Amino acid sequence: MSKHLLEVKDLYVSFDTYAGEVQAVRGVDFTLDGGETLAIVGESGCGKSVTVQTIMKLNPEPPSRIKGGSILYRGEELINKTNREMQAYRGKEFSMIFQDSMTSLNPTMRVGRQISEAILKHRKMDRKEAKKLAVEMLAKVGLPNPDKCYRQYPHTLSGGMRQRVMIAMALSCEPAILLADEPTTALDVTTQAQILELMKEIKERTGTSIILITHNLGVVSRMADRIAIMYAGKIVERGLPDDIFYRPKHPYTWGLLGSMPDMSLRTDRKLTSIPGTPPDLFAPPEGCAFASRCPYCMHVCLKHEPPVFDMSEEHQSACWLIDSRAEMVVPPLGEDKTLRVKGRGGHVV
Amino acid sequence: MIRDNDIKNTDFKFIDIGSMDTESIVRPSTSYWPDVWMRLRRNRLAMTCLTIIAVLTLLAIFAPILSDYEYDATNLSKANLPPCAEHWFGTDSVGRDLWTRVWVGARVSLMVGLVGAIIPFVIGTIVGAIAGWFGGWIDMIIMRIIDVGLCIPSMIYVILIILYLGGGAKSLIVAMAIMGWMGSARGFRARVLQFKNREFALAAKTLGASPKRIVFRHILPNILGNIAVGLASFIPSVIFMEAGLSFIGLGIAPPMTSLGQLASDGAGKYRTFFYQFAIPSLVISIIIFAFFMFGNCLRDSLDPKLRDQMLINGRRGRKDMAGKKVSADE
Amino acid sequence: MRRYIVRRFFISVVTVWTIATVCFFLLRLLPGNPFLSTTIMKQDMVDKMMRYYGLDKPLWQQYITYMGNLLRGDFGYSLKYAGRSVNYVIKSTFPTSAQLGMQALFFGIPTGTLLGIISAKRRGKELDYAFNALSVIGISVPSFIIAALLQYILGLKLGWFPVAQWKSFSHTILPTLTLSFGIIASHCRSMRTLMLEVDQQDYLKTARAKGLGETRIVFFHQIRNAIIPMITGLGTEIAGLLMGSYVVEKIFSIPGMGSYFVTSIQGLDYTMVLGLVVFQGTFVVFANFLVDILYVIVDPRIRIS
Repeated sequence: MSKHLLEVKDLYVSFDTYAGEVQAVRGVDFTLDGGETLAIVGESGCGKSVTVQTIMKLNPEPPSRIKGGSILYRGEELINKTNREMQAYRGKEFSMIFQDSMTSLNPTMRVGRQISEAILKHRKMDRKEAKKLAVEMLAKVGLPNPDKCYRQYPHTLSGGMRQRVMIAMALSCEPAILLADEPTTALDVTTQAQILELMKEIKERTGTSIILITHNLGVVSRMADRIAIMYAGKIVERGLPDDIFYRPKHPYTWGLLGSMPDMSLRTDRKLTSIPGTPPDLFAPPEGCAFASRCPYCMHVCLKHEPPVFDMSEEHQSACWLIDSRAEMVVPPLGEDKTLRVKGRGGHVV
Repeated sequence: MIRDNDIKNTDFKFIDIGSMDTESIVRPSTSYWPDVWMRLRRNRLAMTCLTIIAVLTLLAIFAPILSDYEYDATNLSKANLPPCAEHWFGTDSVGRDLWTRVWVGARVSLMVGLVGAIIPFVIGTIVGAIAGWFGGWIDMIIMRIIDVGLCIPSMIYVILIILYLGGGAKSLIVAMAIMGWMGSARGFRARVLQFKNREFALAAKTLGASPKRIVFRHILPNILGNIAVGLASFIPSVIFMEAGLSFIGLGIAPPMTSLGQLASDGAGKYRTFFYQFAIPSLVISIIIFAFFMFGNCLRDSLDPKLRDQMLINGRRGRKDMAGKKVSADE
Repeated sequence: MRRYIVRRFFISVVTVWTIATVCFFLLRLLPGNPFLSTTIMKQDMVDKMMRYYGLDKPLWQQYITYMGNLLRGDFGYSLKYAGRSVNYVIKSTFPTSAQLGMQALFFGIPTGTLLGIISAKRRGKELDYAFNALSVIGISVPSFIIAALLQYILGLKLGWFPVAQWKSFSHTILPTLTLSFGIIASHCRSMRTLMLEVDQQDYLKTARAKGLGETRIVFFHQIRNAIIPMITGLGTEIAGLLMGSYVVEKIFSIPGMGSYFVTSIQGLDYTMVLGLVVFQGTFVVFANFLVDILYVIVDPRIRIS
C-alpha cells in the first residue's frame, strides 16, 4: 500500500505513427499527495499532456501505447484496467480541464446537460437533484446568472466563462485529483488570473489535489506546491517552488527561468532564450536529450544519460554538471550560486 | 545503470558550443509534395488504382488501333457470338466486334470523364478566386448566380444542352462544364476567403505583392490538394453520369459508343447474352472504382488528418457559412 | 428566426422565378419549329397550330401569359398530345415516382447512416471492411447494372419478386432496392467519415474524461454532431429522388415522371419539358428551403444569427 494518493513510476508511452515510433514519454516518475498541487512545466511536445492523459487512459490505443511503468492510485494499479473499468475513475476520481474550452465543450448540447450527465453517471441522484447540483456548481465557479447559463449553448459564452463551466463540470463529482492541461493558455491575461485564483480557492475549499500542466513558469509560482520540469519525455528536475526558482540545478531550468520576465527591481537582467529546438522523439539522442542545446554540454552528456542526483528530500535533478568530476559552474540565475551541494555531489542514484 | 568506471574524468570537459549545430534536425526534412508522393507511393491501394487507370487508358488508346475490326463494322453472319479466340469479347446483335467496341467506348467514357471534369474545375477555380478575392458586389452577383444555378436539377442542364447541340460526347462535356463549375467555384471561394486573411497572405500583401501573385503563389498552393481531391472524385461521377444518360438514350448514340451505352445495350439482353452485359459493366465499374479509390487515397496522403474535403455539391460552402456565423457571434 | 425564414423564402421564390424565366426563353428560342420535326404538315396547318397555341404572338406576350398561368398553378400543356396538360401528367405520374422515392429514402437513409455508424465504431475490423466494400460497390457500379443484377438474381433465378411493371407492393421491391443501394452506399461512407471526424474532436475527449460509457458518448455526443453536416445535402437528394429516377423507371418499366420526362425530350415536346422542368425546379428549391430551416433548428450555433 502506497502512502501517496497517486504514484507514477517509470512510465513509458509511445505513439505508433506511419513514420515510426514516437517515444513521447520516456520514464516519468512522480507522486502526488492529497491536497497538493503539482505543476508539470515544459515546452510544447515534451510529453506533459500525454503523461496526464495516460493517467486517465484517455489516449486512444492505437496509436498510443503504454510501453511500461506503473500508475498507482490509492495503491491500485491502473495500467491494466480496461476502458470500461476506467469509466468508474474518470470524472469521479480524476477529472480533467482542457486547454481550449471552445472545442472541449460539445457545441450541440446545452451547458447544463453536459454537467448534469456527469453527475448522473457518478452520483446517486435523479435528474432534478443533478440539475440543482449543476446550477450550484455553476454558481460556485462564479458564473453570474447560473440558471440562465444552465440552459445556454457553449458558443454563447465567453472564453473565460466556458473555462469556468469546464471547471464546474470537472468538480461536480468531487474528484480526488483535478488534472488541468494548460487551463489558462487560451485565455486573456486578466481572465487567466481569475481562473487561477478560482482554482486555488477551490483547492483550498475542497482539498482536491491538482496536477497543473503549463509552459508558463509564472502561472506555477502562484499555484504549485511542487514543480516538475519536463523535457523530451523525461522529468529533468523537480523540487519545491523555492528549489526551482532560487536553487535551480538543471541548465534547462536556467533556460526557462532566463526566458521569463522578472518583475523585481533587477532591470539590468536581459531575457535570454534557449537556442535550438527540442530533439525529435522519433530518435531520441543517446545521451542527455538537452545536450545539443546546453551551453554547458560536456563529452559525457553526449554519451550517457545523466543519472538523477538528490539535492534534498524533495529536490532532484538529472544533470552531469552536478557530478563531482565536473567543473564548477556558476548558475546564471538563482540566489544560490553554488551548483553542487557539498558532500552529496557525485552520488549516483 | 551506468557503471561509474565507464566514464572517464576527461569526459567531463566542456564542449565548445560554437562547434555544435543546435538547430540540427534529426529527421530528414521533406517538402510537402515529395512527402505526399512518398505517402501515396507507400499506399498499395493507391498504386493499384493508378496501375488500373494506366492500363485501361493504354488499352482504350491502343486496343482499337491494333484490332482487326472496325468498331462500327457490322457482320450479320457473325451476330451474338460469345467470346472466342477471334472475338475476345464476342460480338453484338449486328455482329460488331465487342473487344473493339468496348475499348472505343472506354476511350469515349474516359475522355468525357477527364475533359468533362477538368474544364468545369478550371472555370470554377478562376471564378471562385475572383469572387473570393475581390468580394463586394462581384462576389455577391457570382454567388447569387451559383445559388440559383445549383438549385436547378442537373438533368435540366443536360437536357437543354442536348436540345441545343444534339447528343454526343461534345454536348455531354459542355453540359458537365455548365453545371460543374458552380460547385467548385463555391468551394474554391470559401477556401480563398479562409486563406485571404491568414497571416502569410497579409504578410505578402504588406510586402506589396499583387492580388494575382497572392492568389496564385500563396493561396493556390495551399488549396491545390483540395482541388486535386475534388477533381479526382469528380471524374468518376462524370463517367457515372454519362453512363446513366447513355442508358436512357440521351448520351452517346450508336454507332459511336461509350461504356454506358454498351452496358445499357447489354442490360436488355442479359438473359440470353450475359457476356454482352457483363463485360462493359465490369469495365465501367472498374474505371469508376479506380478513380474513386485513387481520389480517396490522394486525400489521405495529402493530409492524414484532412478534415474537410471540397465537396462538389456545394455542401462545403454552406458549412462555411455556418462557421462564419459562429465567429460573428463572439 | 422569423426574419431568417422570410428571407430564405423570398430567395426561394426568386430562384423559382429565375428557373422558369431562363428555361422559358431557352426553350422558346430553340432553333426549328416543333411541328415540323415529326410529321409532315401543310403550311396552313402549321400556322393554325401556332395560332392555337399562341406561338405566333410576340415572345414577351407569350412570356407574360406563361408566367400568369404559372402563378395560378398551371404548368402548361403538351404540344404533341392535344388537350393533355402538364398538370394532368404530373397528377398521374408524380405519385408513382414519389412513392418509389419515399420507399427508397425511408429504407436507404437510415440503413446507410446506421451502417456508417457501425463501420466507424468497428474501424479496422471485419465489419468495417465488409461495409466499406459494400459502399464502394454501391458507388462504383451504375444503377442500371445493379438493377439488371437484381432482376437476374432475385427476379429470375430465385423468383422472389416480379422483374418489372408497377402493380402491387412486391413490384416495388426491386426498384426500391436498386435506388436505395446507391443511397446506402453514399450515406454509409459519409457518415463513417463524419463519425471519425467527430471522434477526433476535443469535446469527445471531455465526454470520455467525464467517465461516460461508450454507448452514451456515441448516442448523445457523437451522432448528433456527425449528422449535422449531412443535413445540408438532404434537400437536393430527397427532391431528386421524389422526382423519379430516369434510369430505374426505364429499366423496370415504371410509369413515373422520370420516364415521362425522357419521352417528352425525345419527342421534342418543348412545352411539356418546360412545364416539368419548372415543376421539378420548384420542388427542389422548396425542399432546400425546408432543409435550411431544419439545419438552423438542429445546429444551435446558427440559431441566433
